[in-house]
Amino acid sequence: MTAVTSPPRTAPPTSAARRRRWADRRHVPVLVTLALLVGMYGTGVANYENFSDTQVLLNVFVDNAFLLVVAAGMTFVILTGGIDLSVGAVVALTTVVAATLLHAGWPAAVVLPLVLLMGTLLGLGMGAVIHYFKVEPFIATLAGMFLARGLSLLINRNSIPITDPFWTAMAQKRIRFAPGIFISTSVVIALVVVLVAAYVLAYTRFGRTVYAIGGNADSALLMGLPVGRTRIAVYTVSGFCSSLGGVLLSFYMLSGYSLHAQGMELDAIAAVVIGGVLLTGGSGYLFGTVLGVLLLGLIQTIITFQGTLSSWWTKIVIGILLFGFIVLQRLVTRRAR
Amino acid sequence: MTERTVLEMTGIRKTFPGVVALDGVDFRLFPGEVHALMGENGAGKSTLIKVLTGVYGIDGGDIRLAGEPVHFAGPLQAQQAGVSTVYQEVNLCTNLSVAENIFIGREPRRLGRIRWGEMRRRASALLAGLDLDLDVAAPLSSYSLAIQQMVAIARAVDISAKVLILDEPTSSLDASEVERLFEVMRRLKRDGVAILFVSHFLDQVYEIADRMTVLRNGRLIGEYRTEELPQMQLVTKMIGKELTVLDRLDDEARTTAAPGEPVIAAHGLGRTGAVQPFDLTIRSGQIVGLAGLLGSGRTEVARLLYGADRADSGHVEIGGEQVTLRAPRTAMRHGIAFSSENRRTEGVIGDLTVRENIVLALQAARGWSRPIPRRRQDELVAKYVKALDIRPADPEIPVRNLSGGNQQKVLLARWLITEPKLLIVDEPTRGIDVGAKAEIQKLLVELAGGGMAVLFVSAELEEVLRLSHTIEVLRDRRLVEEIENTGGVDADRIMQTIASGATA
Repeated sequence: MTAVTSPPRTAPPTSAARRRRWADRRHVPVLVTLALLVGMYGTGVANYENFSDTQVLLNVFVDNAFLLVVAAGMTFVILTGGIDLSVGAVVALTTVVAATLLHAGWPAAVVLPLVLLMGTLLGLGMGAVIHYFKVEPFIATLAGMFLARGLSLLINRNSIPITDPFWTAMAQKRIRFAPGIFISTSVVIALVVVLVAAYVLAYTRFGRTVYAIGGNADSALLMGLPVGRTRIAVYTVSGFCSSLGGVLLSFYMLSGYSLHAQGMELDAIAAVVIGGVLLTGGSGYLFGTVLGVLLLGLIQTIITFQGTLSSWWTKIVIGILLFGFIVLQRLVTRRAR
Repeated sequence: MTERTVLEMTGIRKTFPGVVALDGVDFRLFPGEVHALMGENGAGKSTLIKVLTGVYGIDGGDIRLAGEPVHFAGPLQAQQAGVSTVYQEVNLCTNLSVAENIFIGREPRRLGRIRWGEMRRRASALLAGLDLDLDVAAPLSSYSLAIQQMVAIARAVDISAKVLILDEPTSSLDASEVERLFEVMRRLKRDGVAILFVSHFLDQVYEIADRMTVLRNGRLIGEYRTEELPQMQLVTKMIGKELTVLDRLDDEARTTAAPGEPVIAAHGLGRTGAVQPFDLTIRSGQIVGLAGLLGSGRTEVARLLYGADRADSGHVEIGGEQVTLRAPRTAMRHGIAFSSENRRTEGVIGDLTVRENIVLALQAARGWSRPIPRRRQDELVAKYVKALDIRPADPEIPVRNLSGGNQQKVLLARWLITEPKLLIVDEPTRGIDVGAKAEIQKLLVELAGGGMAVLFVSAELEEVLRLSHTIEVLRDRRLVEEIENTGGVDADRIMQTIASGATA
């Protein structure tokens, strides 16, 4: 039997040239986001007085620290090709439970670990359902979303103020670099989360397995990777990040309210996608997610500075950006094939 | 042999809903041998491998590794115990870098931190040992399937395997790459590794294997030393009957050459980047073969004629009438059927039953508002299951439980049921054993005899020669020559055209 053979491959290009070519392609979405971010900041500076103040930029971090944490968790999930719709509801549930317990006189040192554990367990539960019962992540986390939102409504339908000294201290504490230039503790926490998450994704076996599953889960299994464990773990990570995001939000708002963080899951997904993470999984960087969150924050800032635009413009701009990025991802991945 | 076995499987039994995949199969492997696992598609080769590596559990029998009973819960455990596998389809993650694909799951680490530099260095060294010079930091997707396969083998080799399973590793490699692989296999053999080798290329098996175990319909036929079992006897054992179909075909194909009216005619049809403009006429009752190297544009021609890709130059006439093939739907409406080379991702739908898969195209052609009555479905399906000898002959089991060859038959049945005027088949016999291959070839000849026009795409030159009335030779995405397949044409003649191309 003579199988027709493939032609001898042409001499491979030098590895440097090859590397440059693919490096460009994989980084295109992140670079586009970065360019947009810089462009948008430039527009803001050019058009609005005081926009160039350092504090304006820092406030984007201050106002979006919780989203940054939630989106970091979401990045893990989306990198495996999954999705977590429960994050907004878990954030709300965390604020409500924390506020309720603090109101009942529980010490902060107990409440804080308790709510973090609660979010983590919720994530673990959803991950286990997804893995063991082969339920679509969309459905499992949709159920989780209704459950968490329902629970928080059941606990209290009204906004509960938080007066706990630790909470108010965290809310008011400012880390000052210069007069009028400061960040909140939440920003520090968020940045630590981001750094740890980025390290885990790039330098640990768990992180690389996340990418492998997103690339091809069947192959990952056949290569002997702990697919099930990792898949459960990413939802656990996301659950933890959601409850930590909830804690940061309760620092920010100093209240627990069952209607907090409505639609935040969609903001988080939008930030991750705009940051260049493929919705099908396996490609993208946490740095992109950070840029995505900043971009969303900056849009909001610009609309605030403009003053005449209704806040719905934020949604419209995000919508347009999302469309643009999904099309961009299509183009980039198609060329890669 | 008095040596101790490294692996011994006895009385293995495995059932799937509706199918007994393995029934009391014994298999043993000695250190330092290449042992070929032979059998038709559906004989249970893949199942045996998956049972061995823990992908499937077993319903009976036991597995001993170096004398110790083992039971692997998954490929990871098997791998840790020294049983590594390279599967038929490349099972790597193309989004990760070459180095990562080799080392993922066992990366060099310090305090839990992956040492990327060390990993890349080791990957380069390992690949250099296989004569591969790759940019190990580049994503695997930037390399050809053949290279990806070699990377998969490098990975398996590096996982210091006592047992290395190669399931159809050569199906996407060219001759020199196969030779390189065999070099590696011989070296591993000297190091005492036991290699389980599965291939449909009998010549390759005879070149590399020391012993072979033959399976048929999930049962053990026997274990033989390669030099004691001539090729013809092996084939007889594999299919359980004498192989005469193939010989008969040769004459049949050429005598039925009575081409009728043109069914489809392409004039200057082309697509930038895929294939240069070409003219091609296919007549009813005619089998036109597309020959050419991998990547020469064979599949691209087929896809253009089916409207799966849009042409950006030229036009197509179907039955003398000019037609714009905007999408496969248009092509289907004009009686063109296309059976893809990629049966797993573009062909059968694994979770649907055989019946559902077969009626799919016909139903699509009728439109969803006019469902085919169940009774009519059953009749049609029964007819084709019988005609194509689809095994098991139960139309209600999910297609994924069928072997590759039978899946291919289901795919063919799906298109035949629509009674197309032109049937385009892309690599219908790839990864299929001799018996099923002959059956499918025979079927194509019969269809052409019945007046259907067939466009036959295959990487196997001899197969193209055996079946086609006319052979279209492609090189570098250009149709370079049309050869009437009369008695004087042989593989050398076509290879010449492919190689030189001066004739264009």
